[in-house]
Amino acid sequence: MEFAELIKTPRADNVVLHRPFYLAVEGTLCLTGHHLIFSSRRQDNAEELWLLHSNIDSIEKRFVGSLGTIIIKCKDLRIIQLDIPGMEECLNIASSIEALSTLDSVTLMYPFFYRPMFEIIEDGWRSFLPDQEFELLSSVTDEWRLSCINKEFSVCPSYPPVVIVPKSIDDEALRKVAMFRHGSRFPVLSYYHKKNGMVMMRSSQPLTGTNGRRCKEDEKLINATLRPGKRGYIIDTRSLNVAQQARAKGGGFEQEVHYPQWRRIHKCIERFNILQESLIKLVEACNDQSHNMDRWLSKLEASNWLTHIKEILTAACLAAQCIDREGASVLVHGTEGTDSTLQVTSLAQIILDPRCRTIRGFESLVVREWLQAGHPFQQRCAQSAYSNSKQKWEAPVFLLFLDCVWQILRQFPCSFEFNEQFLIMLFEHAYASQFGTFLGNNENERSKLKLPQKTMSLWSWVNRSEELSKFQNPLFEANSLVIWPSVAPQSLQLWEGIFLRWNRPSKFLDEAHEEMINIIKYNKELQAKVNALRRQLAEMETDDRMQENL
Amino acid sequence: VENVRLLDRLSSRKAALGTLYLTATHVIFVENVSETRKETWVLHSQISSIEKQATTATGCPLLIRCKNFQVIQLVIPQERDCHDVYISLIRLARPVKYEELYCFSFNPKLDKEEREQGWKLVDLNEEYNRMGIPNNYWQISDVNRDYGICDSYPTEVYVPKSATAHIIVGSSKFRSRRRFPALSYYCKDNNASICRSSQPLSGFSARCLEDEQMLQAIRKANPGSDFIYVVDTRPKLNAMANRAAGKGYENEDNYSNIKFQFIGIENIHVMRNSLQKMLEVCELKSPSMSDFLWGLENSGWLKHIKAIMDAGIFIAKAVAEEGVSVLVHCSDGWDRTAQVCSVASLLLDPYYRTMKGFMVLIEKDWVSFGHKFNHRYGNLDGDPKEISPVIDQFIECVWQLMEQFPCAFEFNERFLIHIQHHIYSCQFGNFLCNSQKERQELKIQERTYSLWAHLWKNRADYLNPLYRSDHSQTQGTLHPQMAPCNFLYKFWSGMYNRFEKGLHPRQSVTDYLMAVKEETQQLEEELEVLGERLANLQKSQLNYNKVKSKQQDRSKQLGLSTSNNSLANTPQEYSNDLKSFPSRSPSQGDEEDSALILTQDNLKSSDPDLSANSDQESGVEDLSCRSPSGGGCLPSEDSGKDSDEAVFLA
Repeated sequence: MEFAELIKTPRADNVVLHRPFYLAVEGTLCLTGHHLIFSSRRQDNAEELWLLHSNIDSIEKRFVGSLGTIIIKCKDLRIIQLDIPGMEECLNIASSIEALSTLDSVTLMYPFFYRPMFEIIEDGWRSFLPDQEFELLSSVTDEWRLSCINKEFSVCPSYPPVVIVPKSIDDEALRKVAMFRHGSRFPVLSYYHKKNGMVMMRSSQPLTGTNGRRCKEDEKLINATLRPGKRGYIIDTRSLNVAQQARAKGGGFEQEVHYPQWRRIHKCIERFNILQESLIKLVEACNDQSHNMDRWLSKLEASNWLTHIKEILTAACLAAQCIDREGASVLVHGTEGTDSTLQVTSLAQIILDPRCRTIRGFESLVVREWLQAGHPFQQRCAQSAYSNSKQKWEAPVFLLFLDCVWQILRQFPCSFEFNEQFLIMLFEHAYASQFGTFLGNNENERSKLKLPQKTMSLWSWVNRSEELSKFQNPLFEANSLVIWPSVAPQSLQLWEGIFLRWNRPSKFLDEAHEEMINIIKYNKELQAKVNALRRQLAEMETDDRMQENL
Repeated sequence: VENVRLLDRLSSRKAALGTLYLTATHVIFVENVSETRKETWVLHSQISSIEKQATTATGCPLLIRCKNFQVIQLVIPQERDCHDVYISLIRLARPVKYEELYCFSFNPKLDKEEREQGWKLVDLNEEYNRMGIPNNYWQISDVNRDYGICDSYPTEVYVPKSATAHIIVGSSKFRSRRRFPALSYYCKDNNASICRSSQPLSGFSARCLEDEQMLQAIRKANPGSDFIYVVDTRPKLNAMANRAAGKGYENEDNYSNIKFQFIGIENIHVMRNSLQKMLEVCELKSPSMSDFLWGLENSGWLKHIKAIMDAGIFIAKAVAEEGVSVLVHCSDGWDRTAQVCSVASLLLDPYYRTMKGFMVLIEKDWVSFGHKFNHRYGNLDGDPKEISPVIDQFIECVWQLMEQFPCAFEFNERFLIHIQHHIYSCQFGNFLCNSQKERQELKIQERTYSLWAHLWKNRADYLNPLYRSDHSQTQGTLHPQMAPCNFLYKFWSGMYNRFEKGLHPRQSVTDYLMAVKEETQQLEEELEVLGERLANLQKSQLNYNKVKSKQQDRSKQLGLSTSNNSLANTPQEYSNDLKSFPSRSPSQGDEEDSALILTQDNLKSSDPDLSANSDQESGVEDLSCRSPSGGGCLPSEDSGKDSDEAVFLA
């Protein structure tokens, strides 16, 4: 298919762009296969706006006489308005945008066409390989092995080709366990806590069904992670009620009789449309222009967004507490083990492991616990808060995770190497990107699409020093401790950087941030100067002494 | 009383055993743990309520709520002891004479001269001079000398030059409690001013020529404008109700060239209830997100804060942008009027956003114009209906502005919190009594100390590291977003949950940046010294030994200061008692039942073993980390820091 077929009017002049907190600008609008480009063309202060079609969540059109107006609502939550003279032009442009922003073939997406304008120093597709991770692990323990059982994605379609499992469990047993777990997602290692050797595993629900099926290999596998005499905890991210209901559909939970060394704890993390609706309500409240204070708070409350944040964080803290304080191993799962499970396991690692609070460590965490672990990004991030599509599989699961990270970052502003901008950038790229990283729903799909060969990795771009400097937290001082966030309502706040990003003036806050950077930069410069002078003095003194001695 | 347990509100499991002491001025709880012997000091004047709860098996619980939002829960083993403590505290917390207050016994060991110096730190005449007054339009009037006209006003009042004594006296007779229009702020760039008064005694039709002339005089003092705004900060309904009592508001027909405007800020009773409701939300044990947000909304607190801010913004806009003078009043002109005038001044004039300027502002708009500190903050036993968090709201408005303009204020959040604390503490004389007149009669300045001097002495603790006097945010008028940005008003947990340390960010950006700035200063000094040394060395290659040794000293010093920076390791306590963790051995058999029990367990209580365990561990972290952080934590209790107070322990 040629994009040109979809573009009936590639260009319109005298278009007026409206954005909140900016003056309206007149300019030219151009449509290309993947971008909407607006250029003010003013000589003195030319302004350009590039918008990926895939970033467009919904579009509305209105007409007053022959003046058409289209309102574009983006997945990054921004809303812009374009006034286009000429009814036909406007209609053409609107229908082109509609078609181009809803292409159904992945291979037509921009990452397949994007050619980087920067020098590639490191191929991001190869930056975080499971082998490297395993090497780190084997330097501290030999109880685990790398299994290639899923090499052709034959055992579990949503798992990566290699996974880390207990050494004592052979591939044959794994195959049996896979039959006993939803979507074949058998328990695998998620995190090893060096401090006390405790581990966190993740999986999907066991297929116990109504008649209480059991699987000896499954029991053996998870028991293999326990120290003699020690007990473990199973954190089920569903309420007991939901878990019980799942049995009717062939799912279920681990029963005490068969897993006597494990205690099961049920948490209640919502899924799918409940989360999506929560996001829609929250964004609606944030965009509400009414003046009434009461309505703002009640809408914030009614969206339940912060309730979800609190629940997810609480479950993650619980997992971390079991591991670090109770000295117990943990297995986390919900139903499929691709959403709430990953929220819990990845947040627990941020709490426990200082490495995950560095830029590279966090990237590695996203790769391991989200991309390789088979979080279906393409389904979940197909639409954002403005869409009317209401597909069951759309849900801001990853955004909730990023929000939780931001909450911890806010409580420990000096313990993270990255800043808020880094999290915002990840949110943007998860929903619309020139890079292939977040395309596809799992490693299997990514390999079929040949993404590593045909597209550029987000990490290749981010991990260059020019980009990295934007995402570095000037306050960072490595903190090797476990960081326990507070989950009290007073401690959790709306993430303004995402939700009020386009409808609050940020000038004064940006200035403050800049001031902060300057204070620290000046300090570092002075430090360097002092050190240089000291060295110079020392050298001169030694010279002196040598002369003296001579 | 011995063997008293101090409960931690966030997790009922963490109780500290210790001894309770009652002194003339403080309640002191000393923990039994021998190494730390952690002390909790509470001033009697901070106590807002004491509640004796039903005796339980462990003892008799006593709940003390403080005006600085601390809540202390004690369990006293013997009923009788508890009753004695309760009775004593009730008496001690409600003094009947000013002389019983702490400031009359508080002695920071300063000599007479230092005390006098302290009181001179803030000088209002100097402040009016700074505004450019007296000038061609405004003059100081001694019409109220000896408090002859209005006993709640200061003796020196600034009024328009054209307002004769006759006009002032006439106008004062037409105003509630004789609080006639007087100058609060003057903008020398455009001659616009903010004046304040109480409501006129207009009833349904009364008028007063002198009062009309007074307003005329205010307008004339601003030749650039042909009208003035009269802002009534009450809701219209309240103002109308006042007319029935012979009071009310200005009739636009009677006064030439005024524009009348209502700005609905609720009265002190509504505000008191609102705070009460919000504090109930803050006190909830492990509330859900919905409980909290719903409760916060239901309290209406942030709505009231916004109303005050909006009024301040309206006035600042009139003065700065339109160049129009404003007369502000409410009923008596000492609560809402003080709030609104001071918010407007703060927005208009960068001076008030400095530490010194902020002290001046409180002294000008609150202390001198007779804000009834004693009644509002219940320093002496009095009518509980008079109590209301009026200045607390102003202080919160400042905090909300600080959140929006992080570089605009010279001081930090701690400064505000400490001022709030001392408004209730009665440790310093500044906020005693209801008016200047009463303070003078009590000879406050000779018998007590000034808070401003105390804060000024410790000003390094109160600096905002992001403040730079040449930054754009510190110039000119601040323009906060008005509607529709409701979301800009946030719950201030640093104030209302200030004693629940577990709820706050564990690392303070402010403290970190302060440490960096301090180090920067040391580096600058060292750089200079090194530069000199280098030059000397280059000139004459002598004395190298001496230089060397000194340089080593220096580097040692610097090493220390760097480690001071490592705030990253601030202590952490996992205070989340929601998080539950069953650890009793599983009841075997009947799995579904046990699972059910388990969930209830999860919801209700945390396991004692585990929290004890985690306590211990976080305690270890606590100790190992607190030392490098130095002044990292918010000093919660001033009194705790003043070593002199140990005197009262004996």
